[in-house]
Amino acid sequence: MSQTIVFVEHHNGTARAASAQCIGAALSAGHGVIAVISGSGAEQAAATLGKVGVTKAIVLTGAPNHSPDAIARDIAKVVADNDAKAFFAAATSTGKDIAPRVAALLDSTLFSDVTGLSTEGGSLTVVRPWLAGKAIATLSSSAPVFCATTRLNVFAAQSADKSCEVVKMAAGSGGKAVVTSVAAKATEKLDVKEAPVVVSGGRGMKGPEHFHLIEELAAAFGSAATGASRAVVDAGWRPHGEQVGQTGKTVSPGLYIAVGISGAIQHLAGMRTAKVIVAINKDANAPIFKVADYGIVGDAFEIVPALTAAVKAAKKH
Amino acid sequence: MKIVACIKRVPTTEAQAKVAGDGKSLDTAGWQYMASFYDEIAVEEALKTKEKLGGDVTIVTLGPSEASKEVREFLARGADNGVILKDADPAARDPRSTAKALAAKVKAIGADLVFVGRVATDRDNAAVGAMLATYLDYACVTEVIALDISGSSGVAKRETEHGVETVEFTLPAVVTCNKGLNEPRRASLKGIMAVKTKPIAEEAFESTANQALVTKVELPAARKAGRILGEGAAAVPALIEALRNEARVL
Repeated sequence: MSQTIVFVEHHNGTARAASAQCIGAALSAGHGVIAVISGSGAEQAAATLGKVGVTKAIVLTGAPNHSPDAIARDIAKVVADNDAKAFFAAATSTGKDIAPRVAALLDSTLFSDVTGLSTEGGSLTVVRPWLAGKAIATLSSSAPVFCATTRLNVFAAQSADKSCEVVKMAAGSGGKAVVTSVAAKATEKLDVKEAPVVVSGGRGMKGPEHFHLIEELAAAFGSAATGASRAVVDAGWRPHGEQVGQTGKTVSPGLYIAVGISGAIQHLAGMRTAKVIVAINKDANAPIFKVADYGIVGDAFEIVPALTAAVKAAKKH
Repeated sequence: MKIVACIKRVPTTEAQAKVAGDGKSLDTAGWQYMASFYDEIAVEEALKTKEKLGGDVTIVTLGPSEASKEVREFLARGADNGVILKDADPAARDPRSTAKALAAKVKAIGADLVFVGRVATDRDNAAVGAMLATYLDYACVTEVIALDISGSSGVAKRETEHGVETVEFTLPAVVTCNKGLNEPRRASLKGIMAVKTKPIAEEAFESTANQALVTKVELPAARKAGRILGEGAAAVPALIEALRNEARVL
């Protein structure tokens, strides 16, 4: 069985959901997975990887700080040492930072933000969006190593009961770029890319002072992130990290609720792959209703608080 | 300081996708073009760096002759030189091939700092910047929202899912620019007039064959028509019912 090397991110001693999904993608292609994992708590996280189907994890040890170029060299070495024909990472900020470097070191191209994977005649093909999802391309590769990042919330993590062999490897030094500190978010707020539920507000919210309604609705769901349309980010109402759309983030949550967002084509491109879409808008002709599974027409300031209360009540049952 | 900003001519965000007759590419008829959104931020940071530390800014793009419109706009904003590496269809080039072509040019220029956008909004690879740096053996920081260059090193901030990272790096370097790093300026009338007839070099380059091979392009499946559950807060119970028992997401 050919091996795929997967770069695994972790937090508080467990693999991040995005990495577990990425491992799931590699396993679904019929590959064995060797995980590469680094940083504080890596060993602890590596030991739990059997639960998502990994049988071997390589822990990079001895690096005082995260350096993307040093890690990329270590991963490229693991690929070569194992004669692996594929390398995957999750399409997170960190994964997208490291994967192109690994690909270049292997003189292989990179398939970014892959949303589909299949094995035809023994070779991998991928599906990935173009123009933020306005078109979908299927591609094959003639690269020596098949390098890809997998989009979050698209592939399923496997649930397994394997034992994972943990092997230590000394991390390479000499990073040209080194992360010297990380200012953790003030709250444990999820990013729009990784959240299973996203509640987004647009110009219909009429001003930044009303976005607490969006935040309260997101909070009612529990595991949810707040998003925003380009118009309100450009107006300075919301931070750019929340922007969903072609010039922001592309998201695929289980549930996407668009409040006061008309549905410009560039916004639709960023959220149309959500599994369920709800739209709340005062204009019954707004384009957002054309992609929404469920819509409510009317005043967001009346509907959103009512919905927040109803979600809270429903969550109790 | 030798500064390069790499840009890409891409369809505007209003462009509709239509599959071309070959089933493997997009029909570009009727498209309008622009410099990719994040390239505006990359060029602005290049100009700000030049203003602070001195030097010159060269705009480099892979593209058709028509990309001179976008290059000229950036010359009008204050860039010193523009080069088009002639490529009839830069969107069809995979990230590795693009990075190799840019690396050869950046090397020839001898750039100390290269600014690129976080992602080009046509193929959405977000890969060329870091691949370019790796081929050049330059330092690289991606998705940067704050930057301070002094002497032969720099400090950048980048936003990730888990917080804001502070990254220290050495020059030469490639910086990929994210929204929030700066507010791109507009060209002044004086700037526009000054570069109106300025020649923009068009150069051939050594092309590396693609490793990514397109086998099919489709439009996404249309979402099935949804339904309006009603008006105002009175429709909330119907929505809860649908989310819980039909969509099963609550």
